[in-house]
Amino acid sequence: MLDESAELSVSITQIVQRLKGTHLHSQLEKQAKECLHKPEIKLETLKDDVRRLLKASGMTCLPPPRHPRAPPEHTKEPLAYMRKAQVNWEKRILKSLNSMCTELGIPLARKRPVPEQNELTNKWNEMGTDEPDLSKFRPVYAPKDFLEVLVGLKNPNNERSEDLTVRSHWGLIQVSLNVRDIPQTREMYPELGLTYGQLGIDDHTHVPPDLFESEHIHIGKKVVSEHDSAAAQQYSRQGCPTGLRAQLWSLILNTTDDPEAITHYEQLKARVIHHDLLVDNLIYKDVKLTASNDDYYFVFEDYLYQVLLCFSRDTAVLEHFNYNCATPPKSCIQSKSGSEQCAVVYPPNGVIPFHGFSMYVAPLCFLYNEPSKLYSVFREMYIRYFFRLHSVSSHPSGIVSLCLQFERLLQTHLPQLFYHLREIGAQPLRIAFKWIVRAFSGYLSTDQLLLLWDRILGYDSLEIVAVLAAAVFAFRAENLMEVTSLASAEAVLADLSTLKVMPLLQIFLFATSV
Amino acid sequence: MYVCWVEVKDDGEWDFNWCDVGWLRENFDHSYMEEHVRISHFRNHYELTRKNLMVKNLKRYRKTLEREAGRLEAARCDFFPCTFVLPSEYHIFVEEFKRSPGSTWIMKPVARSQGKGIFLFRKLKDIIDWRKDGSRSEEQKDEAQVESYVAQRYIENPYLIAGISNTFSLSIFSLLDLYIPLKAWLYRDGFARFSNTRFSLSSIDDQYVHLTNVAVQKTAPDYDPEKGCKWQMQQLRQYLTAKHGFETVQTLFKEIDNIFIRSLISVQKTIINDKHCFELYGYDILLDQDLKPWLIEVNASPSLTASSQEDYELKYRLLEDTLHIVDMEGRLTGKEKRVGGFDLMWNDGPVYTDVGLEALGSSCLVENTLLGCVNDRQKQLQQLLKPFPGQKRT
Repeated sequence: MLDESAELSVSITQIVQRLKGTHLHSQLEKQAKECLHKPEIKLETLKDDVRRLLKASGMTCLPPPRHPRAPPEHTKEPLAYMRKAQVNWEKRILKSLNSMCTELGIPLARKRPVPEQNELTNKWNEMGTDEPDLSKFRPVYAPKDFLEVLVGLKNPNNERSEDLTVRSHWGLIQVSLNVRDIPQTREMYPELGLTYGQLGIDDHTHVPPDLFESEHIHIGKKVVSEHDSAAAQQYSRQGCPTGLRAQLWSLILNTTDDPEAITHYEQLKARVIHHDLLVDNLIYKDVKLTASNDDYYFVFEDYLYQVLLCFSRDTAVLEHFNYNCATPPKSCIQSKSGSEQCAVVYPPNGVIPFHGFSMYVAPLCFLYNEPSKLYSVFREMYIRYFFRLHSVSSHPSGIVSLCLQFERLLQTHLPQLFYHLREIGAQPLRIAFKWIVRAFSGYLSTDQLLLLWDRILGYDSLEIVAVLAAAVFAFRAENLMEVTSLASAEAVLADLSTLKVMPLLQIFLFATSV
Repeated sequence: MYVCWVEVKDDGEWDFNWCDVGWLRENFDHSYMEEHVRISHFRNHYELTRKNLMVKNLKRYRKTLEREAGRLEAARCDFFPCTFVLPSEYHIFVEEFKRSPGSTWIMKPVARSQGKGIFLFRKLKDIIDWRKDGSRSEEQKDEAQVESYVAQRYIENPYLIAGISNTFSLSIFSLLDLYIPLKAWLYRDGFARFSNTRFSLSSIDDQYVHLTNVAVQKTAPDYDPEKGCKWQMQQLRQYLTAKHGFETVQTLFKEIDNIFIRSLISVQKTIINDKHCFELYGYDILLDQDLKPWLIEVNASPSLTASSQEDYELKYRLLEDTLHIVDMEGRLTGKEKRVGGFDLMWNDGPVYTDVGLEALGSSCLVENTLLGCVNDRQKQLQQLLKPFPGQKRT
């Protein structure tokens, strides 16, 4: 009895801690104060009442099960060899960043002189017109480099025989994690089944709207007007209508329009104006190389700078390292007197951008055009989902699991194709990895991508990305069986812009015989 | 599909002529055309496409409308920015100019296209100087004597997408089958052209060889900087719907329909109607920040050269569907409301979609245009052009 109440107290404290400073917290406080004035509340039973109410409301923010003496890193990532790999990877990245800094003789951070500050303030809305010399900068790493790290992961407890048998794993990922197969995925994604209506399928031109679409839109409007976050998440599983998506995602992600969010963004903007960071150049370079080259996202270039430069300086992002197995990189900054060196988190948000990073933001520009709103949504998407795509962990939505799931699905359901591709030196993951790391941003056409991200939000998981990657291979299997080299396999899969995501997923999950 | 068409050389007899306006001017009046023959321009299409004539026709139509149907109805013609033909309307232009100090105006030659000879001005002094400019050739000076320029109020608050450098104009295509009675089709595809002049390549670093896909694209000999500067109409429609909601965008596209229909009606009685003629028009439309569409220009010979693979495919589809409607083979019944990517927009009256009666009340008529919507033309064409059982293929 005592243990249970102690545990509950811990949970409550944690919840309160997480809620502190948010809009919800102030609302709750206000409500609580009002309640206190009611005659029914008795001080003696207050604790029990609260407990009862929490249980009744179904809030299950309990911490993950852990040994009371386990250090926090073990909670974030229970597998030792994964932790080690992540630490090594971080060391490599940081080394690369620091050596670039030394080589170029550019400081990691520098205060801008006032004239430069003024210039930047004036140019804030059109930073894209600047053409700084970026030739000396290289992205710190590209997805290809990260793939090599993942391929090298080995569980030291496993005896590996070199022979390739039917029972061995044919893919690049050499560790065994628990990933869902098709029957289990069907259970997890029932709403994608053939008997449910979907946006992306049942809003097609030849389907009369009264079969599904009109009703679905009607429900969507209700969900939005009632500000129901849980309902929005459930709703999103069948797709969000274009005209309602922005509000629905906002609800699901709990981002609000309140003044605190706007103030926070303005503060970040001020930090950008005052200080120049080395990583800013990496961001410029990435945007110029990726989003600006894209047929549709080039329009949003300025927005991308406005979001990403602020993102680098947002120390609130550091909070996500409480559940991210990664650790924020630290660099040594010399104090003014030059005598001391202290380790500071750099960049301030702890996230070093890599090649393609700006593509996480680009699709969101289609939905939100106030920079502070766009910023809040992107940040929330990052700390919930995207961070898992570039850190080494055993989490089911982590990149390692997703890659393994992709390979297993392919090997189980398209063994002939997998074997063929292996034989010609075209390991499927080498082609699919870039799609998975970016959650398909920049590879699918925008409307299809947004339908996919609807389901990421709806199911609170990135697994659908792995499933889609396998479904794409299944779709192009016939052509792939004819190719004889990695280059031609790449060519068959180079253009995904005509793919319709939902039919592919539905066929792969619900029309594949198991 | 058109394997049976044969290209005619020189003076041979032809059944179908996709001509340019120069040829038309020289030959139309002297050619005898049999009944089945089709030609791709109307004799005096310039009533719609030359800026000074279009303004004249629109203003006249507007006046008629005001007299017959009142102010409100006439206001539906206010999609053309305030324009004056010079030099004949110079004095009324000056009056209007003085009434709105500080506004920007744009001077355009009526006959030239692609932005040649266009400039902006804010002070009367600017145009007075321009008229006296000795550096202009004799030919240009002569032109100025004839009514060959228009001064137009410049739209200073264009709709911007994500930033102040991203102004764009819309290119939309309409096919004119007949003027009397008026039968016009609207193509679902089109594009938004961005004036993103700072789209420069010099900052791209080719040393980072990893990323050869992008870098090589840029240095490839056939790389076209125009490529990055267009959005398909579907993209734009989706973007606007996400930002402003479904109903607002529906209204916007209805307004665009309105521009097409009224501009065509205004020249209906002036254009020499000829059942041999058809015409494909390219309309240039600008949106302002209140999401009001403005007509900038109508082109009777819209550019059909392609700046990218996507562009090529759009124009190919457009041409193919144009030929389907022209229907040299006589496969259509004439009652179709849709052919490929073309939706019938006006057929001597508004056209509504065929929707199941049980789903609608009488107030729920839906216009038959679907600009920026999904263009599943292949399927539609397959169904449409299926021969009836027993029908002989010509």
